[in-house]
Amino acid sequence: MNEPILEMRGVSKSFFGIKALRAVDLTVYAGEVHALMGENGAGKSTLMKILSGAYRPDPGSEISIEGKPARIEGPLGGRAAGISIIYQELSLAPNLSVAENIYLGREISRSGLLARGAMREGVGPILERLGADFLPSTLVAHLSMGQRQLVEIARALHARSKILIMDEPTTALSAGESERLFALIRQLRAEGLAIIYISHRMDEVYALGDRVTVLRDGRLVGSLDKKDIRADAIVRMMVGRDVSSFYKKDHDPEAGKGHPVLTATDMADGLRVKGCSLTVHAGEVVGLAGLIGAGRTELAHLIVGAAPKISGRLDLEGQPIEIRTPGEALEAGIAYLTEDRKALGLFLDMSCLDNINLAVIGRDAKLGWLLDRDKARERADRAFAGLSIRAANAGVPAGGLSGGNQQKVLLSRLLAIAPKVLILDEPTRGVDVGAKSEIYSIIDNLAKAGTAILVISSDLPEIIGICDRVLVMRSGHIAGEVRRTETAPLTQEDIMALATGTEHLDA
Amino acid sequence: MPDNGSTQAKAAPVNGTAAAEATKRQRIRLLIRAAGMLPVLLLLCAGFHYLSDGRFFTGQNLGIVLQQAAVNTVLAAGMTFVILTGGIDLSVGSILAASAMAGLTISKLPDLGALWLPVAVLTGLGFGIVNGALIALLRLPPFIVTLGSLTAVRGLARLLGADTTVFNPSIPYAFIGNGSLTLIPGVASIPWLSVIALLVIFVSWVVLRRTVLGVHIYAVGGNESAARLAGIKVWGVLIFVYGVSGMLAGLGGGMQAARLYAANGLQLGQSYELDAITAVILGGTSFVGGIGSIWGTLVGALIIAVLSNGLILTGVSDIWQYVIKGLVIIGAVALDRYRLQGSART
Repeated sequence: MNEPILEMRGVSKSFFGIKALRAVDLTVYAGEVHALMGENGAGKSTLMKILSGAYRPDPGSEISIEGKPARIEGPLGGRAAGISIIYQELSLAPNLSVAENIYLGREISRSGLLARGAMREGVGPILERLGADFLPSTLVAHLSMGQRQLVEIARALHARSKILIMDEPTTALSAGESERLFALIRQLRAEGLAIIYISHRMDEVYALGDRVTVLRDGRLVGSLDKKDIRADAIVRMMVGRDVSSFYKKDHDPEAGKGHPVLTATDMADGLRVKGCSLTVHAGEVVGLAGLIGAGRTELAHLIVGAAPKISGRLDLEGQPIEIRTPGEALEAGIAYLTEDRKALGLFLDMSCLDNINLAVIGRDAKLGWLLDRDKARERADRAFAGLSIRAANAGVPAGGLSGGNQQKVLLSRLLAIAPKVLILDEPTRGVDVGAKSEIYSIIDNLAKAGTAILVISSDLPEIIGICDRVLVMRSGHIAGEVRRTETAPLTQEDIMALATGTEHLDA
Repeated sequence: MPDNGSTQAKAAPVNGTAAAEATKRQRIRLLIRAAGMLPVLLLLCAGFHYLSDGRFFTGQNLGIVLQQAAVNTVLAAGMTFVILTGGIDLSVGSILAASAMAGLTISKLPDLGALWLPVAVLTGLGFGIVNGALIALLRLPPFIVTLGSLTAVRGLARLLGADTTVFNPSIPYAFIGNGSLTLIPGVASIPWLSVIALLVIFVSWVVLRRTVLGVHIYAVGGNESAARLAGIKVWGVLIFVYGVSGMLAGLGGGMQAARLYAANGLQLGQSYELDAITAVILGGTSFVGGIGSIWGTLVGALIIAVLSNGLILTGVSDIWQYVIKGLVIIGAVALDRYRLQGSART
């Protein structure tokens, strides 16, 4: 085997006494795709930030690049050492051209003036090598997500990086764009680059990974070579236990026999939702599937009053009800878990305790306005225990928690009102495997207790795993329904056929 | 002392001593954070005491400092509410002037004279609610709205006294402007203006940290869209904070009027909004909203008053006072940033 291009030995990092990484070793060779896996909070991003120079590792950590000890310092340190990172949220300036973005921070100037022409020519060969179908002068704002990723990669190559770190690169890509990205990754691997590929998605790791390293709780669990890469082995390494019964739902003949709790009729907003009707019964978990842009989130927003509707009526437990704001929805017992917990759900600077109690502090208050702090603390402690939220205590800001724990905090807020209807929009997005299965069992228990649950999810195995029946949306309409029966389970094929309007699985 | 109520929640049983150690360190960090600019204030006091040959820490001088800090403290308390929601209120100086003018005008009426103080406060409240309504209901940016009212209300203040100075040497409740509350006869007393300021701070603390509305204010400042989805009436919160800011500016106007027995629509309260904003920022409240405490604001207002007083005591010229004050403000905030490094947001 040749000399490793990157070698990390005993790399640790602690923040205010809390160890985020404990003596992690990582060896990466040129010409390999090295998949890095682990639950959220396992230490992947910390490790990455050390390589980029954003964090400085604790003393005693050793990093060498091409056999020479390397010190990576400052935000440009990583790039100077030959390491480029392509972040989940791309870091391009949309108001600048492709060439300007690639040269950002290292612009060519002639006697103080920007040499746009030279910069365009400079990036030409790289874009060609990557098979780009856009010009160096194109504004980044006009590019698709896949094309923007290409610009990021071009920027890395242009900086002559030898190590490329990709953090969940397919999150924002369509299936076709992902395929092209994979082809490109294989090409770069053949050209001798080392690629560290961070992903939650097993199929990608299968398709690309030459080796897999798994982190858990800031520790190295182990590495697997290509021949040993198997889904169950990796999942076991990630969560530290067997998750064979990951999706637990069996056919429940009683599901859907409860009384109808929420009935929405002919809901429309004039834009993305064009007349949708649905009913959710007590104790039933109904899935809402569909392609991105089919109008699922928009429909949920109409139901909870977060967006104005032009038509439609709601009945709650048989009584017509008018809901104009999310506040009125909560009062009526309809809770909505947003798909974007950071932007629309949590208050990251506020304590978990305040986040959990937010919806009920008015109801709990003494004299109508004084906070009942004992009740709030009790409720938060109960939520921490009941949903096994992992944080030092309920007083820490919610922003410091991992994705899964943040989601549980947000869920606790909704559960505090004891909702009759719970609408969950992508409940496990950005949530690690362990927390996922915990959230599934929370959903299951709520349904058993009689809550009517509507789950919006783009994760088909998830929807199939936890729902009793699935409604499928296509371009603003409910295209159809797929039911679980005793003999026939729900299948991805049936759902996709409805979602795409064809018999093909191809998205 | 500053409230970190929620942070004292019982630690969840995590693994052993390492966690206990981490909690302990976290507690120390929170303590430092809570103390905020207090060390700077104490250092300034000690420094001026030394430089002025012991003239700073005398009962009389401390009384002066407290009195000088009072009006700005009241304005800054209102400003804290506004900045916590991520907004700004540039109009407080003008509102103060208009309220003082309205109050003084009423105080000269034979039958209604005693009502002058409530009138001043309500005048301020009225302007504040107009600000809030424009911001909350028409969704106009706070900077623009209050920049407009800074000018418009100033004009109204001049209109109220026909652009002259209004005097009333026999204004009712004049004692609040110049009298003192005797704590120990002959030994210690505290100006009524300062008593009012401290009461305002205390009530603000109760509202911000002990009421539902307080949590909603922090929530709106922390994440407005999330607050809306969580069912919080964001418009109500915004009207409330600008109303409070206006009302406290009105109270400040009343305090000034009682102290001076006079008010001038043109001169009174000029650029007071800058001192109020400075006090809030010195107090560690985040300009983007959602983070901060009213106790920090009190310390910030005291720092400004101590600086003014100390520089006069030590005989620094008026011109240099400006330069030094400005530099201290920048330095203090720089120190604060450094101290809070590693926290989620500054």
